Amino acid sequence: MKLKQYVSRHRSNLVIYGVVILGFILMQSLSSAKLLSSSVQGYLVPICAYIVLAISLNLVVGISGELSLGHAGFMGVGAFTGIVVATLLKTVIANKVLLLVVSMLCGGVLAGLFGIIIGLPVMRLRGDYLAIVTLAFGEILKNLINNMYIGQDVNGVHFAIGTEKPVLAEGGSMIINGPMGATGVTKLASFPVGFALILLTLFIVLNLINSKEGRAIKAVRDNRIAAESVGINVTAFRLKAFVVAAFLAGMAGALFGLNFSSLTASKFNFNTSINILVFVVLGGMGNILGSIISATVLYVLPEALRGLADFRMILYAIVLILVMLFTWSPKVKELRSVVSAKVSGLFHKKEVGADE
Amino acid sequence: MKKVLALLLAAVMVAAMFAGCGSSEKTTTETAAPAGGEAAAAGTAGAVKIGMSGPLTGGAAVYGTAVQAGMEIAVEEINAKGGLQLELNCQDDEHDTEKALNAYNTLKDWGMQVMAGPVTTAPCNVVAAECANDKIFMLTPSGSGASIIEYGDNIFQICFTDPNQGVASADYMASHDLGTTIGVIYDSSDVYSSGIYEKFAAEAQVKGLNVACVEAFTADNKADLTTQVTKCKDAGCDVVFLPFYATEAAQVLTYANTIGYAPTFFGCDGMDGILTVENFDPALAEGLMLLTPFSADASDEATQSFVAKYQEKTGIVPNQFAADAYDVIYSIYQALVAGGATADMSAAEINDILVAQFTSMTFDGLTGKGMTWQATGEVSKSPMAVVIKDGTYVGAE
Repeated sequence: MKLKQYVSRHRSNLVIYGVVILGFILMQSLSSAKLLSSSVQGYLVPICAYIVLAISLNLVVGISGELSLGHAGFMGVGAFTGIVVATLLKTVIANKVLLLVVSMLCGGVLAGLFGIIIGLPVMRLRGDYLAIVTLAFGEILKNLINNMYIGQDVNGVHFAIGTEKPVLAEGGSMIINGPMGATGVTKLASFPVGFALILLTLFIVLNLINSKEGRAIKAVRDNRIAAESVGINVTAFRLKAFVVAAFLAGMAGALFGLNFSSLTASKFNFNTSINILVFVVLGGMGNILGSIISATVLYVLPEALRGLADFRMILYAIVLILVMLFTWSPKVKELRSVVSAKVSGLFHKKEVGADE
Repeated sequence: MKKVLALLLAAVMVAAMFAGCGSSEKTTTETAAPAGGEAAAAGTAGAVKIGMSGPLTGGAAVYGTAVQAGMEIAVEEINAKGGLQLELNCQDDEHDTEKALNAYNTLKDWGMQVMAGPVTTAPCNVVAAECANDKIFMLTPSGSGASIIEYGDNIFQICFTDPNQGVASADYMASHDLGTTIGVIYDSSDVYSSGIYEKFAAEAQVKGLNVACVEAFTADNKADLTTQVTKCKDAGCDVVFLPFYATEAAQVLTYANTIGYAPTFFGCDGMDGILTVENFDPALAEGLMLLTPFSADASDEATQSFVAKYQEKTGIVPNQFAADAYDVIYSIYQALVAGGATADMSAAEINDILVAQFTSMTFDGLTGKGMTWQATGEVSKSPMAVVIKDGTYVGAE
């Protein structure tokens, strides 16, 4: 009885977990049966990273109701922290999975720290101002990484920022080489770890949404003055959502960064932030399953359209517009509700028939 | 019920999407035209599959499309000869590391045996690691970063490395007395540009060059380079070194012209293509010097024939990228023939043959005579300084 109650109360959450787990089992079994082409194999880890990024941004944009345009900055902080930690601890931790998890955690924590630093001033703003400031912070983070040199040699770790590169002793190597980024990174990311990260993200985000804090955050989103009047600390709750999102984005960034043998800071620019925002908007603000599906579909789409050569980006844009119309146009919404009513009516009749 | 159904359908759709692209990835833009007629002959069943990835769209597309056209011309010529046939597949990587990996995987699914790309340095860094891992021979036409060839023994470059260009530029300035005061503008957010500048600065110090003004910009604020040019003017520089790509250089030249500043501008191989930059008056590039291995006005027959074919195909004069790409296909072809490779060999077998050939052979191409490769994958050929006169490149020696 208790289980039934639990299921009925958390049905939509269980469906999300179910879809993700089913997807994982399907892809993992196809992959181990060697039925996947190398291109699909190559998509798996980036998709995991983008799903986590989309869910975490959804927490800020959909649940907390803030337009954040600097998510790629946190992703970049996570990615480069992950790379540095993975390179430094390579000799200490032999187990690749453990090394990856440790790097991701470090990436997440540092991105979360940046989330606090940025969030403190930013969360006092709202609306357009918040969008502009997050955008600026995203770019600042990118430019910081772009001017950062981290090297390693027998004497230890060297760090410099600006144009003066640290001079390394014989046999030393640069981990992050300013604008040249990180090269020669050991690829650690794997699909199962990516899947675990999605589960962790879902666990954190869904629990946060359904908790007391989550309701407070949503109350702030829906009516700030009303929320303040009942004694909710508006800034604190918005900051909470923002920092959790930054932490998750950092972990996803580390997973993403350790999937490539080379990475430059320019990857984490404004375009990437917008890309993640597109996943969230098209999937539906506040709709976690929508974010998962749209991140997957929109990542695969331009790759699947490769056959069309020069026309693929045009087609991608057309698909985006069509999805927008399909989900938001009032006429289409009306049409959809009519169709779905008919379909469910069909099912209902059948069920009645079965009872007789 | 309705919700569950909708969600299930969505899940099925996602699964179908994955399954679908697993099988439908075969659709490729195959550019190997069996023009020779003999391609279909039973004896030569199949062709060696050469993959290329480069920025065919986006900001760096001018290089990707030049490389694609150069390679297509070479493949058409080779296939027309009969004998060993080649098949080329060009994929877009948008000058992005992530897309480059996807493009590489797409090519791998297609059955690529030799990788003739990527075009730009950052994607090369990613793809080189994969090629080394998968034992697929890689020869990049224009990825000039020094780190690329460090990924494995089967990674080769046909262009100069960035450090070499920086050193060669400083040496050239020192030995040819171009000017007394040197200014540098470079893109500090770009791998290529900062790679050249770093070595240039070091070599300039060794040679005792007077570098009076160093100004940087980044990819985000390159829309307006007037400050940098003005600073060089105020510092009284009579030589300005521009180690970056042609689109930005066009801006610098245009602005310098409006403020009446006319030093000797000096560029590297990325400067190539400046005459075809959109909305740029080629007359402003008069007197611009650049270090490049190729000039379209060379009188030898091979260059003339290539330039004619390229102009027929694209309507523009080929730049160094196109010539490098043409050489890439021909050098691979030479090595394949010399090593007795056939189309039915696996990529790893062809890899071994090509590595053995490349480290021992000498290749004469459009971008240099008597090119040889070291075991590290670095090419040795001599850079040539050219100057733009009357809208074409002319040797500066």
